[in-house]
Amino acid sequence: MQVSVKYFASLREVIGEADSILEIEEGTSVSSLWQSIIGRKSIEFDNVMMAVNMEYVKPEHQLKTGDEVAFFPPVTGG
Amino acid sequence: MLIEVRKKPFHAYAEMQYYLDSLDIVGKYGATANFVGSMRDFNEDKKVTHMTLEHYPGMTEKHLEAIAKESIEKWQLLNVLILHRVGKVNIGEDIVLVATWSAHRKAAFESCRAIMEQLKSGAPFWKKEETSSGTKWVEKNTPGY
Repeated sequence: MQVSVKYFASLREVIGEADSILEIEEGTSVSSLWQSIIGRKSIEFDNVMMAVNMEYVKPEHQLKTGDEVAFFPPVTGG
Repeated sequence: MLIEVRKKPFHAYAEMQYYLDSLDIVGKYGATANFVGSMRDFNEDKKVTHMTLEHYPGMTEKHLEAIAKESIEKWQLLNVLILHRVGKVNIGEDIVLVATWSAHRKAAFESCRAIMEQLKSGAPFWKKEETSSGTKWVEKNTPGY
């Protein structure tokens, strides 16, 4: 199944792209998707925040086809 | 309730008055509380010349709306206004405005503070500073409590 993935701020710069469409297996968790991305890119990134369809989710959250997944650093607004 | 992410500079107090004038709450509200965050020329002992604010279009607004709606319910607020800048921000410009209106001061004060702290810890915005020693992403916000 396919999901779209977005990266923001410093993480976008580390990853080297703002978004991508990824093919993943049914039942993949958001944290295992993250692990596969950083493994493939050979990067390290602490304290990543995760959202699915514009809502924060727990790392074990299971992805569904067509989900919009976002990874980003701790927020610093205000 | 009004939530807006703005690309252009705004004057927080003028916006607050403008929004209040559009509401039909005269005689109902007895308390107004507000927080305005503005752009400093320093951070962690470094001189800052300007900064760029980024957000996650869609999620940022959705998150702020959820915070505002919960606060209206919890504190029985008459209204809430949240404005936040994105893009290039210069020294002295306003970055964020949170304003709350309620019948009595306790609800206005407490909700304004709570909304601001939730915005700081959860709303997807990121700051990148131009300092005397180069460009740098801000890694974390200073604690509010």
